[in-house]
Amino acid sequence: MGPVPSFLLGGSKSMSTRSLAGRGAVTRRRFVAGTGLWGAALAASGRRAFACTPASGRPDPMPGTRFDLSIGPVPVNVTGARRRAVGVNGSTPAPILRWREGDTVELNVTNRLREPSSIHWHGIRTPADMDGVPGLSFGGIAPGETFTYRFRLRQSGTYWYHSHSGFQEQTGLYGGLIIDPKAGYAQRFDREYVMLLSDWTDVDPRDIVSNLKFQSDYYNFRQRTVGTFFRDAHRQGLGETIRDRLRWGAMNMAPTDILDVSGIIYTYLINGQSPAANWTGLFRPGERIRLRFINGSSMTLFDVRIPGLTMTVVQADGNDVEPVPVDEFRIGPAETYDVIVQPAADGPYTVFAQAEDRTGYARGTLATRPGLAGPVPPMDPRPLRTMTDMGMGAMTHGGMPKRDSPAAPGGGAAGMEGMAMDGMDMPGMAAAPPSPLSSSGTAPKPGVEVQSVAMMPIDRLAEPGAGLEHNGRRVLTYADLRATIPGVDPRPPSREITLHLTGNMERFIWGFDGKKFSEAEPIRLNLGERVRFVLINDTMMEHPIHLHGLWSELENGQGAYRPYKHTIIVKPGERLSYLVTADEPGLWAYHCHLLYHMEVGMFRTVVVS
Amino acid sequence: MIGPRTGRAIAAAMLAATTAVAGQAHSSGMNQGAALQAGPVAYVNGMPPVMDHNAYLHALLDEFEARYGADGGQFRYDGQAWYGTDYDKLWLKSEGTVGTDGRFGDGDHEVLYDRAISRYFDVQTGVRVDIDNGPTRAWGAVGVEGLALYFFNLEATAYFSDRGVAGRVQGSYDLLLTNRLILQPQVELNVYSASDRARGTGSGLSDIDTGLRLRYEWRRKFAPYIGVAYHGTFDQAASMARGQGARVHDLNFTFGIRTWF
Repeated sequence: MGPVPSFLLGGSKSMSTRSLAGRGAVTRRRFVAGTGLWGAALAASGRRAFACTPASGRPDPMPGTRFDLSIGPVPVNVTGARRRAVGVNGSTPAPILRWREGDTVELNVTNRLREPSSIHWHGIRTPADMDGVPGLSFGGIAPGETFTYRFRLRQSGTYWYHSHSGFQEQTGLYGGLIIDPKAGYAQRFDREYVMLLSDWTDVDPRDIVSNLKFQSDYYNFRQRTVGTFFRDAHRQGLGETIRDRLRWGAMNMAPTDILDVSGIIYTYLINGQSPAANWTGLFRPGERIRLRFINGSSMTLFDVRIPGLTMTVVQADGNDVEPVPVDEFRIGPAETYDVIVQPAADGPYTVFAQAEDRTGYARGTLATRPGLAGPVPPMDPRPLRTMTDMGMGAMTHGGMPKRDSPAAPGGGAAGMEGMAMDGMDMPGMAAAPPSPLSSSGTAPKPGVEVQSVAMMPIDRLAEPGAGLEHNGRRVLTYADLRATIPGVDPRPPSREITLHLTGNMERFIWGFDGKKFSEAEPIRLNLGERVRFVLINDTMMEHPIHLHGLWSELENGQGAYRPYKHTIIVKPGERLSYLVTADEPGLWAYHCHLLYHMEVGMFRTVVVS
Repeated sequence: MIGPRTGRAIAAAMLAATTAVAGQAHSSGMNQGAALQAGPVAYVNGMPPVMDHNAYLHALLDEFEARYGADGGQFRYDGQAWYGTDYDKLWLKSEGTVGTDGRFGDGDHEVLYDRAISRYFDVQTGVRVDIDNGPTRAWGAVGVEGLALYFFNLEATAYFSDRGVAGRVQGSYDLLLTNRLILQPQVELNVYSASDRARGTGSGLSDIDTGLRLRYEWRRKFAPYIGVAYHGTFDQAASMARGQGARVHDLNFTFGIRTWF
């Protein structure tokens, strides 16, 4: 182990309800200067630098209201090769910002790149022109220009911010963001860390999308082979193996399609540090540590656990939930989870975040002193897609719990083994919603942009997700999330908007209802109206769907205590719903938060007027 | 990768014809739930929030190989290149064989407009010109190219000229021995309605070019291979070949590289 970075040596900071009281009046101008993670330092003379680098994961304990953020190139070396990333104040990840609920914050963002840039405050309820999506009520930030964001904070929690221009998010423009609650934290904790997960690659993102257009399995070196055929034939019998291969072949789909971009080119990071660099957070045994997990990756769903520690999930997407003790949780791109751990022993404890496709992991350590490393567990077996993922209904018998979710199409169908696969060419038969509301959703037809249609989408909210079933660990599911306070808008929805998540993996085209952004009309909402969004995932991949500006209240069976989220993973073959109150006018982005899915068309404009 | 400016200019002219059609198709479907006042959305600075309509430039050299047989050697190439969007592309194909005598034969070059029409297939229309050391011929071309079920790559093209009609079917399949070691059977058949003595093609099934290649994807874009290739002429074409003292059934050992960008 090399010399101990100074940021590791800070003492314990108590962050209790009491200690936060009285900080509200402090309104200072603050310059956030992160030291470049890989050595690039930006030292603007005469300005105070932050005590904590983003690489430390330690947020400044004091919230601020005015920040100067300078977007610019940052030299990095993650893999052994020198590359140019995009960062903020000379650092990637960007500095951790700390705000306070009720304050009005001012962010002077200067673009020192040679191309337009932007910052989007992910999950923050701002006026539309402060949301930071170029084209939508905001013109972007031209090279050399400064844009001042100013908005009042009406929420608290763990969030993040990132560029919404081109592929800058992939190349490093993302950072953690904390808003302290005005009334203090519901859960006491002695120490906190931001756990910002991301995926770094030396490859130019434009090449990635171009490669995927040419060959969509370009980054998948875990495909079925002659070898796996014989292995499966040995295990399951030759007949069943042949039938299985023919089933998938008849659809021209591969059950090994898990993530489009894999560990072949990605290095998975915690707070900007590779597994080898081993980000380390210090603690004292017995402390309650709040870990603010943020998935700032472009294309990676992570499965997070800390062997030896129970994680108590206390917040999802910035909103408090009833505490759920778990061993593991899945976090999709753009989601956040706050968990509290209380290690009784010294550890060290390994924070292990494996990519859903098991081609790599992010890893860090919780330790009582620097330089320690715990054992790194082996990665789990990689998941394979199933016929349930293909929208053929539940394959297990009676495994689906019934819930009061209106999206539940009433019981999963068991025993789909005999279903004729050539049905894939027929229009889907999405189960009619039981709600009396008119839902004009129509199943798309297979075509250039629609590879398959889920014939029997099911409620999968109580499932942990591909690769997490029956692993012997308590894994968080969406059904576990229960808000600590009832929703603020008790009105039932006045209408439903049903959208199919569609795509053609072979052509690497993604969209909604079989249309790319450029081919579709915007979704229009009346200001103030209450709407139910029903999403049906016709594709074989998870899509983390993010609605800007408005909350997405997931109908997960918790009644009035449904969790407020900003990003919702829709599993393959799943049908789910959430409620939206359109209380903020303007143009809002609505998209899949897998960056390359969004960029090739899985995007809609939502107009609230 | 966005293509160079020059490529864009070429494609722009080609795409212009289809823009109107595509535009109509795109605007026909109103989003559900659009119960409110419609009207276009004004994007600030005319800037779309995502660029889902980009054009991409790719070229694939599927065969670039030396062949060794009883009669000495040959060099053969078979490649394609395209530039365009998800729906509309300018598509080039070229193949040819150079013998040890330096003679360039079997030269077939096509310029096609490619339109995506279904989940896995594109329709291609354009022209084919046979340019090599033999006499030049020109054809109109209409065909399909794509992925048939069970992952079979398929190209089927019909050609028309004042000399008659011709057809070509090409197919291949990638059998993954491992994730990088791939065995590819491949076959190309040519049929003609009339013989063309000057080019050595006969009516009926004229020739077959088939191979079994084992490639190693050292990089996705760079895969050396070895294999065997068989070239056979039939019916009239076979008689013509015999008359010229050429081999009718030619089995070769081959090695080369498959590469693309």
